[in-house]
Amino acid sequence: MEHYLSIFVKTIFIENMALSFFLGMCTFLAVSKKVSTAIGLGVAVVVVLGLAVPANQIIYQAILAPGALDSIMGITDPKESIDLSFLSFITFIGVIAALVQILEMILDKYFPALYQALGIFLPLITVNCAIFGAVSFMVAKNLTFGESVVYGIGSGVGWMLAIVLMAGLREKMKYSDVPAGLKGLGITFITAGLMAFGFLSFGGISL
Amino acid sequence: MSSDNKKVLFGPVIDNNPIALQVLGVCSALAVTSSMANALVMTIAVMFVTAFSNLFISLIRNQIPSSVRIIVQMAIIASLVIVVDQVLKAFSYQLSKELSVFIGLIITNCIVMGRAEAFAMKEKPGISFLDGIGNGLGYGFVLMVVAFFRELFGFGEIFGIEVFKLVQNDGWYQGNGLLVLPFSSFFIIGFTIWAIRQWKPEQVEED
Repeated sequence: MEHYLSIFVKTIFIENMALSFFLGMCTFLAVSKKVSTAIGLGVAVVVVLGLAVPANQIIYQAILAPGALDSIMGITDPKESIDLSFLSFITFIGVIAALVQILEMILDKYFPALYQALGIFLPLITVNCAIFGAVSFMVAKNLTFGESVVYGIGSGVGWMLAIVLMAGLREKMKYSDVPAGLKGLGITFITAGLMAFGFLSFGGISL
Repeated sequence: MSSDNKKVLFGPVIDNNPIALQVLGVCSALAVTSSMANALVMTIAVMFVTAFSNLFISLIRNQIPSSVRIIVQMAIIASLVIVVDQVLKAFSYQLSKELSVFIGLIITNCIVMGRAEAFAMKEKPGISFLDGIGNGLGYGFVLMVVAFFRELFGFGEIFGIEVFKLVQNDGWYQGNGLLVLPFSSFFIIGFTIWAIRQWKPEQVEED
């Protein structure tokens, strides 16, 4: 239990998807103008990450990992061992796209209010690099199934925290006198940089 | 070369830069810019993928049913990225380790998807190919600017060649620790945007 808790805290603060690995930056910068939309998108990202990381973990360990298919195919000679890991990118993106599509249909049918609220954000999540990045890190870190569930949800919550904070700052910043050339994107970049600087201080926590 | 082609090819460098104006492909711009060599490899990889995905998608644009176009685009892009990844692993293993998940993340790099959706689905193959190269150049321009400042003032080197002799090697230059950290690229991109918009005031955002 403690182990899972420490992974959870670590993925939210120390290894924050948005502010430590800079993943999902396109949406992070483009959709952080209002707190309410930021929360909507954040929730969607948490759900998709919580499903996509464990789903891909199962597929990777059962089919794609080097030697995973050997026992099914009856291969004993290590020279003939099957390594499908080169297919992992295309499989992961396919699984993520399919999951988002299914989620969209379920929400449309059973929770139309939430579906309306999320609107365009849901399909956009497919190309959010935070999802694909978390899946790639899951493979690189060689997580077990239980760990991957915690890792997925944790990185989603971390990303949501970052985008909601960013949206809050930008709402206040509307009233500031920013130089014309820096307005909009420029000052957003610098703000994000300062936030990342702040999140760096969590790096000192050892779990 | 006709003026139209020129505009498509060089327009994205300053006038319609993918990172500074379209807010596309920001994630990798932050993480791989610690050295100019990494930035160059990343630029070439992105340019290759964008150009060829534009070309192939444009070739079959009249055959793709619009309801499944995202999946078709994803499949083409993912296959191209797998080629890049395998080539890098075969010929430059050290570099592919350094770039780690960011090569895979080209799949979800919004520049590739964005150009496929906005340009290649409508235009002829030849011009789409040029558009891909052009956007790769625009992406590379920002990447090289950021990497130049980070490598020169952080490590005193350009492309690994010593320019300022560091104090650690009995020289005179004290490396800037801030620029070694990845989030410093937020500031550099922010100021680059400011510089571009001072020069081209029509890009300034209204609030």
